[in-house]
Amino acid sequence: MTLAWTSVAPAVSAAFLSSLVEAVEALTIVLSVASVRGWRPAGLGALAGLASLALIVLALGPLLDRVPLHALQLVIGVLLLLFGMRWLRKAILRAAGVIPLHDEALAFATGTAALREQARHHNTRLDWLAGLASYKAMVLEGLEVVFVVIAVGAGRGLLAPASIGALAACALVAVVGFAVHRPLARVPENTLKFTVGVMLSAFGVFWTGEGLGVPWPGEDLAILGFAALFLIVAVAAVRLVRLPAAQPIS
Amino acid sequence: MRTLIGIFGELAGLFIDDGLLALAIGVVVVFAALVAAIAPAVPIAAGIVLVVGCLGALVGNVTRAGKR
Repeated sequence: MTLAWTSVAPAVSAAFLSSLVEAVEALTIVLSVASVRGWRPAGLGALAGLASLALIVLALGPLLDRVPLHALQLVIGVLLLLFGMRWLRKAILRAAGVIPLHDEALAFATGTAALREQARHHNTRLDWLAGLASYKAMVLEGLEVVFVVIAVGAGRGLLAPASIGALAACALVAVVGFAVHRPLARVPENTLKFTVGVMLSAFGVFWTGEGLGVPWPGEDLAILGFAALFLIVAVAAVRLVRLPAAQPIS
Repeated sequence: MRTLIGIFGELAGLFIDDGLLALAIGVVVVFAALVAAIAPAVPIAAGIVLVVGCLGALVGNVTRAGKR
């Protein structure tokens, strides 16, 4: 079976970019844990989180084949709309200066301070608490990655390419993060979230419409059209609500 | 147990951040489904409702947030 690039490219890039954002956030928390309590609880928590994610995928993955296609498209489409437009809303408000930009260095400092505070009260249980923080970060951020991969890949035979995109992003962040040993604060997080929000919202409209039986003109190419529409409207929305002295999108 | 409740809360938070935006998206999808059911001869009408409704919901929501 050959896959058209118009289907593969948006799915792979959406999976790659969203996984990049999630992996950077997970890395920040794992590094916070490691800096306060060492690599043992941080690594064990992260590994346990990855194992839980693998179990969830193995348990729920086969169920996807049993769901009728239109119902699956509709549910995934609506969830993608909720997920993608939530990211896009936040990215627009951050770009417009209404809410502050996400700061990985600040998140790292806050996470580290919270763990140190816990150390004062629960010193004997701190390894356990630190491991749990690492585990929770890995599971929650990983679930977002799993959701995006399933959402953009299921129903069109794109699970493998989308998974490769997501795994590539996670591997890239892991390699760079552990090489530099500090949070990846220079990653343009809001630009990534803006882009991913646009793409996921476009996928959401497409899948929801497919679930409702809408015959989109151009079939898969419609996704690119929706992405262009969301991008134009989102950039216009930034200008509309921009406060004085706000930061640009990129 | 508290950790589990926290994880479920955060899972819901993956999809719902601003309740009004989530509600608006829900209304748009239900309206598009109604249009698809009422006018099956013009299936693209539901698509137009979906696209315009989602874009409108987004702009309306960020504009409201910007004014607060």
